[in-house]
Amino acid sequence: MSAPPESCASRDGYGRALLRIAEDPRVVVLEADLGKSTKSCLFRSEYPERTVSLGIAEQNMMLVAAGMASSGKIPFASTFAIFTERAFEQIRNGIARPGLPVHICGSHGGIHTGSDGSSAQAIEDLAIYRTIPGMTVIHPCDDISAEELTIQLVEMGGPSYMRTARNKTMRQYDYENMEHLRIGRGSVLREGSDVAILACGVMVEMALNAASDLSDEGIESTVVDMHTIKPLDNQLIDRLSERCGCLVTAEDHITFGGLGGAVAEWLSLNRPTPLEMVGVADRFGESGGTDDLMEAVGLTPTGISNAAKRSISRRNAVS
Amino acid sequence: MRLSLDELTEMARKCRKDIVRMTNAAGSGHPGGSLSAIDLMVALYGTNLSFRVDEPEWEDRDRFILSKGHASPAMYAVLHQMGILAESDIMSFRKLGSICQGHVDMRWTAGVDFSGGSLGMGMSFGLGCAIAAKMDGSNRLVWVMVGDGETQEGQVWEAAMAASHHNATNLKVIIDRNGIQNDSFIDAQMEIGDIAAKFSSFGWDVKEVDGHDLASVVGVIDWAANTQERPVAIVANTIKGKGVSFMENNPAFHGKAPTDEELGLALEELA
Ligand SMILES: Cc1ncc(C[n+]2csc(CCOP(=O)(O)OP(=O)(O)O)c2C)c(N)n1
Repeated sequence: MSAPPESCASRDGYGRALLRIAEDPRVVVLEADLGKSTKSCLFRSEYPERTVSLGIAEQNMMLVAAGMASSGKIPFASTFAIFTERAFEQIRNGIARPGLPVHICGSHGGIHTGSDGSSAQAIEDLAIYRTIPGMTVIHPCDDISAEELTIQLVEMGGPSYMRTARNKTMRQYDYENMEHLRIGRGSVLREGSDVAILACGVMVEMALNAASDLSDEGIESTVVDMHTIKPLDNQLIDRLSERCGCLVTAEDHITFGGLGGAVAEWLSLNRPTPLEMVGVADRFGESGGTDDLMEAVGLTPTGISNAAKRSISRRNAVS
Repeated sequence: MRLSLDELTEMARKCRKDIVRMTNAAGSGHPGGSLSAIDLMVALYGTNLSFRVDEPEWEDRDRFILSKGHASPAMYAVLHQMGILAESDIMSFRKLGSICQGHVDMRWTAGVDFSGGSLGMGMSFGLGCAIAAKMDGSNRLVWVMVGDGETQEGQVWEAAMAASHHNATNLKVIIDRNGIQNDSFIDAQMEIGDIAAKFSSFGWDVKEVDGHDLASVVGVIDWAANTQERPVAIVANTIKGKGVSFMENNPAFHGKAPTDEELGLALEELA
């Protein structure tokens, strides 16, 4: 299959994946009046008989999905990331506790969403879903990987949460080069021994930009697309900690409990290693153009390369 | 299965004994709302519900969603009478490792179709089962039991609206209208008013019934099973704690197990 022509957002990849998995008759799609935004509308237009519109009622949608899953369906339910959070307890008690294979997609996650302002900018979703037993949490960086990872969910069994982004990001994958893209395994996009940068979502592109800036200064970094926040690829983290001796995480998410939190938990308990986190500090977002906003909250390549230098000097101070 | 009225009456009596025995043995649990619901559940399982004792997970079974999942003793008592749960299962209720969890849980108990405990979710879950059944071209029915206090949850009304929109004619909801919730009487906590009128205004077919008159209950269940034009609600007027005099209409026995002495009195009354 050849890549779609234009650059896309990860939500476009989700929408395309739904069309590709439609050949499995168990797949059904649930919407809460945001299908045009989450891109489930693509499935609706081809398979209206397998698309269930639940209106602006997210709590009900989650349990309808659970009931369908208990009857042999594989439901994909989407809305904005922030509005999935309204149904947190439904997801926890109604979907995850009975271990039902419901796949929730929260689009428009993060500060990157832009001008809608703080009410729409979910910056805590990865953290809260990560705390639910048995829940897989994924945040892809581009449309191609979002498409592939969504397809992999079909055979996965348990519940999952995937955050997609509203805005376009640079493509990091192509259809010919996807053997290494697997749920639960970080994808190494660039190799270097001085520092390891683990990023997810829209921050992957920035991490690669930071890595090339660092390289200009003679610092070589490994960059990982850590698309799966849970289960965390602990083995890869161990290898990188061994190889580089210092790490950075980068996420469009609050610095508590998300990718940075997950990596910090693993490292501090198993392999204490200097770690710097790039993410949103303890604050809400605000309205603004995406680039201005990302700059304002410090989610930039410069933010990442500064963090890398801090991490390296902490390592050097220890050794 | 089609039990006679006498058989249903006898089965309900045995279930009531098990409800008080189970909660007493556990030292906790919810006897009041189990006793108000038990006649309805016995009538459903004993007449209309299609299921297989030797294959509780049979895909094309009718579903029974106990949305008021705290009435688990009623669920376990019925499944015991049906031969799906053993005496040792129900008497281990709420103990570590028991398949009879404090609130009904489909992950733990074969024969249980829903994981309850958080009120307000079962109608939505039932709607999902009902939509899936229609997609499969199956005639299986989905029955949901909700508490009257539970209808204070907004999600119940999200589900009511959605069921109507999706014309879930295979969805059958029974409201256990016992007038009591956790803290006290419903009219003191938050009156829910004319529940039948509310459901009919959402586009449902509704009937009221005396939830302890087994002949009427069987009649209304048959009516609900055969009414296939709109989603169906049965408002069952019941008495919380029904069958044990000191528990009847007594909010104290919502979530309190009988002591050994109370158990003795209850079993005498249910002899
Ligand atoms: C969402 C939620 N809030 C609170 C509770 C605690 N709780 C358990 S039972 C109950 C009262 C239920 O009343 P009702 O629905 O009338 O049930 P019944 O009287 O039939 O037992 C409450 C508040 C709960 N289980 N779920």
